[in-house]
Amino acid sequence: MKDSPLEAVIGLEVHVQLDTGRKLFCADSTAFGAPPNTAVCPVCLGLPGALPVLDAGAVDLALRAALALECTIHPISVFARKNYFYPDLPKGYQISQFERPLATRGAVELDNGRRVRIRRVHMEEDAGKSLHDRFASATAVDLNRTGTPLIEIVSEPDLRSPGEARSCLQHLKRLMEYLGISDCNMEEGNLRVDANVSLRKRGSERLEASTEVKNLNSFSAVEKALGVEIKRQTRIRAEGGAVTRQTLLWDAAGGNVRVMRDKEDSQDYRYFPDPDLPPLVLSAARVASLRAGLGELPRAKHERFRRQYGLPAYDADVLTSSRPLADYYEAVVACGRQPKTVSNWVMGPVLKTVKRGIADLSSPGLAPGRLAELLVLVDEGTLSATAAKTVLAGMARTGDPPGVIVRREGLMQVREDQVLARWVTDVVTAHPEEVARYRDGETRLLGFLMGQVMRASGRKADPRRVNQLLRAALDADAG
Amino acid sequence: MTANAAGVAARAAEVRSGRLAWGSMAAEALEAQGAWEQGAAPLNAFIALGPHADRQRRPRDGPLAGIPVAVKDNLVTGGFPTTCGSRILEGFRSPYEATAVRRLRRAGAVIVGKTNMDEFAMGSSTENSAFGPTRNPWHRERVPGGSSGGSAAAVAAGIVPVALGSDTGGSVRQPASFCGVVGIKPTYGRVSRYGLVAFASSLDQVGALGRTVRDAATLLEVVSGHDPRDATSVNRPVPPLAAACERGVRGLVVGVPREYFPSGLDPVVGRLAERALRALEGAGAELRDVSLPHTRYAIPAYYIIAPAEASSNLARYDGVRFGRRCRDADSTERLYELSRSEGFGTEVKRRILLGTYALSAGYYDAYYGRAQEARAAVARDFERTFRDGVDVLFTPTSPTPAFRLGERIHDPYRMYLSDVFTVTANLAGVPALSVPIGLAEGLPVGGQLMAAHWREDTLLTAAAALEAELGTVGSPPVPSGAGTA
Repeated sequence: MKDSPLEAVIGLEVHVQLDTGRKLFCADSTAFGAPPNTAVCPVCLGLPGALPVLDAGAVDLALRAALALECTIHPISVFARKNYFYPDLPKGYQISQFERPLATRGAVELDNGRRVRIRRVHMEEDAGKSLHDRFASATAVDLNRTGTPLIEIVSEPDLRSPGEARSCLQHLKRLMEYLGISDCNMEEGNLRVDANVSLRKRGSERLEASTEVKNLNSFSAVEKALGVEIKRQTRIRAEGGAVTRQTLLWDAAGGNVRVMRDKEDSQDYRYFPDPDLPPLVLSAARVASLRAGLGELPRAKHERFRRQYGLPAYDADVLTSSRPLADYYEAVVACGRQPKTVSNWVMGPVLKTVKRGIADLSSPGLAPGRLAELLVLVDEGTLSATAAKTVLAGMARTGDPPGVIVRREGLMQVREDQVLARWVTDVVTAHPEEVARYRDGETRLLGFLMGQVMRASGRKADPRRVNQLLRAALDADAG
Repeated sequence: MTANAAGVAARAAEVRSGRLAWGSMAAEALEAQGAWEQGAAPLNAFIALGPHADRQRRPRDGPLAGIPVAVKDNLVTGGFPTTCGSRILEGFRSPYEATAVRRLRRAGAVIVGKTNMDEFAMGSSTENSAFGPTRNPWHRERVPGGSSGGSAAAVAAGIVPVALGSDTGGSVRQPASFCGVVGIKPTYGRVSRYGLVAFASSLDQVGALGRTVRDAATLLEVVSGHDPRDATSVNRPVPPLAAACERGVRGLVVGVPREYFPSGLDPVVGRLAERALRALEGAGAELRDVSLPHTRYAIPAYYIIAPAEASSNLARYDGVRFGRRCRDADSTERLYELSRSEGFGTEVKRRILLGTYALSAGYYDAYYGRAQEARAAVARDFERTFRDGVDVLFTPTSPTPAFRLGERIHDPYRMYLSDVFTVTANLAGVPALSVPIGLAEGLPVGGQLMAAHWREDTLLTAAAALEAELGTVGSPPVPSGAGTA
């Protein structure tokens, strides 16, 4: 595209599931994976006479998202009915926001510094799931997902390449995760992306007929599908044809797009305000308190972590991916430990422990003070790094302080010269051939000999001192 | 005199004190119902009956202890099917119960049956029922009004002293007027709509029918109040309604809106309305001529808004999850098409089409948008009138007494005009009531009272005064063979 006279014009529509744990208009659970049609009630089943009641918790999360996206929050927004027939849509309409959305006119800044305008953020309920492959010649309907709270984030067509689209999505995902709005698990459908794309002459302001690409179930799928679609449109134009408004499905296996429907015969959804739901009225105080509660957003925090702690970009990325993690990191550093060391420990052993489900960041065994104590033991040389990892696992499992575990398991580093010297002598005696080769200048064998000493010590020897003693032993007897 | 003929408050007190057995009135109700079904012109007020009333394990005290109550068949009710008078809900039993019905049971009432109605409450004669028309107990060749015709007829026939109905454009008041009973549509938001099968959600309200003003007030008081399951139900205290019947109208300002006394008004209805106004004046009320100039936009606005909402509310009857399902469909689209074609009656289809059209892209502003403007103008008329010191408005409930079965069923426009005086209260959300004001050639005529939002108490005060001044219209002759004489 770089040298082409055409440029891509891309806009995104992103659906994000709000992590409230319950449905938007009734109290059923939204936990993933429940047996079909068990997380349902008269309201989300659309039974005659049942009525929706808006969950205030979902509104708070939606507002946080809109505020983080720098949107204007509307003091009055209106839920509307989007009417269409579909087997997995029990009421025959979806409750969404149309003419009067929750928020409009926001922005996100990409890593390359470009700002992408956000057109709107609105709330809506999800539909159920039609399962076409469950039974032969019949479609099964699972209504567990019906009524799940979503926000739809619609960007302006400000993106100019598939890479930018991906970057924008990564930024959105990071923001939603960091603020605890959504876990953004794409496999479970908690974040869904549709992309609109068209081409125009570089520098033109005109919007050409665009196509909408659906079924993008990963960020790399978004990037690939947009690349393929841009090529397709470029080819059509090169051949003198015109792109028509269509909805396309990305076929990840085939690496191509196919037409799902023509937009020309687009459905009339007959939107109108839902008479069952009064307009959503937001007080200035509620919005202000949510705004204040946002705190430092991930981008700012990322920059500060790099500046204040001298961290590489990668470390800052990982550590600012969620607020609890960032807070945890800072709490450990505040105990007086070296920032990069803490970063290595948090990103490595600590997160590994959390991912394995042994403990989480709020477990007493992993309290910031405890981790700091452990790192003191390492810094003092009381513990080797390897032993410290074992201790950390014990801390996570038992909740005991590191000192207790070190004593109980006898993991203290051995630093007495007498003891170390005996291991060194034993190894030198046991490996005459390697010693000779070392002395002939094959110095890389030092590592091998080091390893033998460490093994003999049961990994408890202080490696720095062993190194010194071993060199001394090898060099002294030379000649 | 049957037990059912005395006031419900007094009868409930007898049950609470043990002088009257809890199930005895319900048994009498069922017996009376049976009597009205005898002969060539059965009343047909009920779609379903609960012959095992005494098996209900419910509280046996409360303000309605032992009182037999009939419930319109669009309120989902435990132990009964709920059909809305439609084939499309054939065999449907709700797994949950409407809030209003739950409150009835909590108050000790016995639900004796589900009453007949125009399909999905769309109609003014109860002729649009898949279960056949209900007849007017005063004159069996006349309609009982609608859509709560079954409830009104059951009360008028003396089967039950009180019944629940629903009122979207007059569906409680107009049948109350045709059957010579009291019917009240409370302020929008006063009674929970949870479990009321929706017709037009912004207009629907559960209403109470009773043989007397006080009985209707007692029933309304029981079902009123905030419900967290209905976002449009309003959280504000319910004033003592039965007590409001005692207050008297001295000093009350009664507005007489000229738009409700058109030249085409049935002269008998006009004369009875005039007599009612004199009675109010005689009791100490001050009459005042007023104007509600936007009244003429009410019917057109109503017949855009109500069908528009209905077209969406009725989308859920698609044959997929419950109700009637066509067995011969070979695709999803055909399933919808056939189930709905077979399941819905003519009037329901007409309104779904009207409403779908009114909401269509390109027509929305011209129809739905303008109808909302008209609705707001109608509401402003009321606000201004009540702000200017009018306490209650008096009008006829319907331009005519009960018309003949079959007379208007093929003329929807004339049928719609029987609601011309009642739809305004629904559009504005204000409370309104119909109270009998006399008989015209043996047919009851009702007078309508309307008050400001939340002033059901004022309505009841004025209605009780009318009832005291004019006397009741009495009861229709009990059919021969009934054992309750």
